[in-house]
Amino acid sequence: MSAVVENHDHHDDHHGPKKGIMRWLTTTNHKDIGTLYLWFSFAAFLLGGAFAMGIRAELFEPGLQLMDPIRYNQLVTMHGLIMIFGGVMPAFVGLANWLIPLQIGAPDMAMPRMNNLSFWLLPTAFGILLSTAFMEGGMPGFGWTFYAPLSTNYPNVAYFVFAIHIMGASSIMGSINVVVTIMNMRAPGMTLMKMPLFVWSWLITAYLLIAVMPVLAGAVTMLLMDAYFGTSFFDAAGGGDPVLFQHVFWFFGHPEVYIMILPAFGITSHIISTFSRKPLFGHSSMVYAMVSIAVLSFVVWAHHMFTVGMPLVAELFFMWATMLIAIPTGVKVFNWCATIFKGSITYETPMLFAIAFVVLFTIGGFSGLMLAITPADFQYHDTYFVVAHFHYVLVPGAVFSIMAAVYYWLPKWTGNMYDEKMGKLHFWLSFIGVNITFFPQHFVGLAGMPRRYADYALQFAEWNAVSSVGAFLFGLSQLLFLYIVVKTVFAGKKATPQVWDGADGLEWTVDSPAPYHTFDVPPKING
Amino acid sequence: MKNKLWALILYPISLFISADWLDVNMPVGVTDISKEVFGLHMAIFLVVVAIGVIVFGFLFWSMWKYRRSNNKTPAKFTENHTLEILWTLIPTLILVAMAVPASITLKKIYDHEAEEGGIDIQVVGWQWKWQYKYLDEQVGNKPLSFFSNLTTPPDQYEFNRVEKTESYLLEVDEPVVIPVDTPVRFLITSNDVIHSWYMSDFAVKQDAIPGFINVAKTKVNVPGIYRGNCTELCGERHAYMPIVVKAVTQEEYEMWLQEKRDLAEQIAYLTEKEWTSEELLATGEEIYETRCAACHQANGSGIAGFYPALVGSDVVMNDKAKQIEILMEGIRGSQMQSFAEQLNEVEMASVITFTRLSWGNDRSGDGEVVIPKDIVEYKEANL
Repeated sequence: MSAVVENHDHHDDHHGPKKGIMRWLTTTNHKDIGTLYLWFSFAAFLLGGAFAMGIRAELFEPGLQLMDPIRYNQLVTMHGLIMIFGGVMPAFVGLANWLIPLQIGAPDMAMPRMNNLSFWLLPTAFGILLSTAFMEGGMPGFGWTFYAPLSTNYPNVAYFVFAIHIMGASSIMGSINVVVTIMNMRAPGMTLMKMPLFVWSWLITAYLLIAVMPVLAGAVTMLLMDAYFGTSFFDAAGGGDPVLFQHVFWFFGHPEVYIMILPAFGITSHIISTFSRKPLFGHSSMVYAMVSIAVLSFVVWAHHMFTVGMPLVAELFFMWATMLIAIPTGVKVFNWCATIFKGSITYETPMLFAIAFVVLFTIGGFSGLMLAITPADFQYHDTYFVVAHFHYVLVPGAVFSIMAAVYYWLPKWTGNMYDEKMGKLHFWLSFIGVNITFFPQHFVGLAGMPRRYADYALQFAEWNAVSSVGAFLFGLSQLLFLYIVVKTVFAGKKATPQVWDGADGLEWTVDSPAPYHTFDVPPKING
Repeated sequence: MKNKLWALILYPISLFISADWLDVNMPVGVTDISKEVFGLHMAIFLVVVAIGVIVFGFLFWSMWKYRRSNNKTPAKFTENHTLEILWTLIPTLILVAMAVPASITLKKIYDHEAEEGGIDIQVVGWQWKWQYKYLDEQVGNKPLSFFSNLTTPPDQYEFNRVEKTESYLLEVDEPVVIPVDTPVRFLITSNDVIHSWYMSDFAVKQDAIPGFINVAKTKVNVPGIYRGNCTELCGERHAYMPIVVKAVTQEEYEMWLQEKRDLAEQIAYLTEKEWTSEELLATGEEIYETRCAACHQANGSGIAGFYPALVGSDVVMNDKAKQIEILMEGIRGSQMQSFAEQLNEVEMASVITFTRLSWGNDRSGDGEVVIPKDIVEYKEANL
């Protein structure tokens, strides 16, 4: 799509950012808030990663060496919670804040003050969650899925519930902001089907968030009532139903999985098209595929629960419905391949991450298809095969797409080009590390190693050692990422407004770095 | 320095080479169903590998062929309806071809009906052990029932002081014994939180959920010892409640049942006998180590915030009746479970006596012992 930026002689009555810490506490600027979200998520990524290092260090060999199982369960739980609610989700919200206004030609998000509030709720929530580390009884240790009735009798569960409530409020506000912005503030001429795919992916994601976050809130509230107010929603002895918890949780949980991957689809589509110097093969079929995936995500939740003893007809329904998701997902992968076909391709760091995303996410999709086969799932369920599956879609899936996005848009954000050699080194270390970590987990999973085990039988020892070595490699490589980003913020070759010669979209029509205020006058969309 | 770097690079490679490649796939198992499940697993695996080879092959070839240095001018085409219909339709057909046989196998797995000559075993998950109740076999006036506890010593898993043995973390004091070529129904439930009964060789994984009874029917074809795990996070010692199934011939099964009945008579005799506090202490210490020490710790100090200390506890020192009640009934809403079914009268009396006479509790408290008859009286008064 091409655009004409009209240069009006508008007198600049805007103020620049405030000075010092108050700029960040009180900012209502979508770029500042995007930056806050991105740094927050990077901090969470390092903290959650440190917890993962603890897990892998303990699992390096059989026997308990570093911690007791209580501590181990806490690390597993907090690793999951921090990576999902603190790492991946805020990273995508940060990208949304930076990019949605720039990509649709809007001056800011529709509700800037609420935007500020949604960000600052996040550190509050994580402060509450992490404060349990210093209390008697310690951090939650019931898994990020907090299945009742294990969680209802756990110490400090109220802090966990409160933290989840606040995170949910933050997510809902953020999503409403995204929806309102996209629906009302697009530049004249930008019809829905002309919207860039990242914006589309976020529009769908925002609706998913608005639909399921209240369900999560319901689940934790019932949990709180059971734990402290004598109700028996999930307590069989009081007439309750422990399986109800899982239905409610996964009705949130499965759409949540797609909340963490849909924006990645949008990002990948932009990057592959840019570096292939070729328009995306099927813009509208990508949109329809994302909408289908989002709709299907509401009717497949119980594939996480094939072993709870559901009736045959339910098992069959959820198996068939789950397999259906492979069709729109296939459409997306084929689309990316067809975009690359007959392009004129270069392999800068964002493109490397984007292609690794396509390949490794698809491998995660393949194991997902295997998991959908219910009889085989009776073998795979809750083993390391599942761990390998969801890490393949989340780490070289969602996380790689976030890294690709950072490298791709960093010159637009900072005005400086990142160091290409260092970027490629970071890519290859991450790529090798992630595969050494997670591929062997397929093996131990098939051989029967259950997940969330602090200790394991001797037959799994070799592959766990391999996995741990890979995890340390992957973990340490991320410090390189931090170094590259910090270096780019302060120095580097000056970036042009266009940055990438094959890039297309409104964000490339403004200066690099993007001025504090952009599109005060909406651009006109041609064609 | 350089040598160290090489060692760092070569170490993971050497691990890859030395690892046991036969151990990396799903076991075929020893039941008809497990073989069918293995077939489904391999079929879907080969299908996705084939799709992967084609799609990634095309992707990598395009990436090579159309690199910028080889192709300066990109094509500009978009959309091709024939192609798009094909890449929607073909995957759909492949999926249906996979889902149909999977549905057929699933229907077989869901045949839960009792069969002529079959046996029913109730499986109860407890934190952190399994209980097995043979519903058709009477011992005395109750169904045959026992608990299956981990026997790997803490010296192996916690302190790493002695070498780990082959069945490390996969060994129990009493395996569940079943006859081969006989339909066995496992009726699975839980006493506290959710557990999951996973026996890979039978392709069985069923959650043990309080308030529900899930059925897993199996017929084992080959005698042998099979080992499995709990696969639903159930708290601290989730990794320490293995499952061991011993599949034996029909004759051996009958013999085992007879042994169980004889043992029950012996225990009844022991309950009547006069016990000295030394005898009780010795038995009690053993029981304490396997059943209590995981939570209350070997020195009785507990874990702050999770498990109360027994050292200096008022109940343990001064309130014999209350202590018997706690062990018999458990404490609702806490992880303290009822041991009424887990320990017989002798074991129960000895372990209570052990806690009352150890760690200085006898000096600070009343130092009274509990004898098996106290337990018998409690049971008579409360049933």
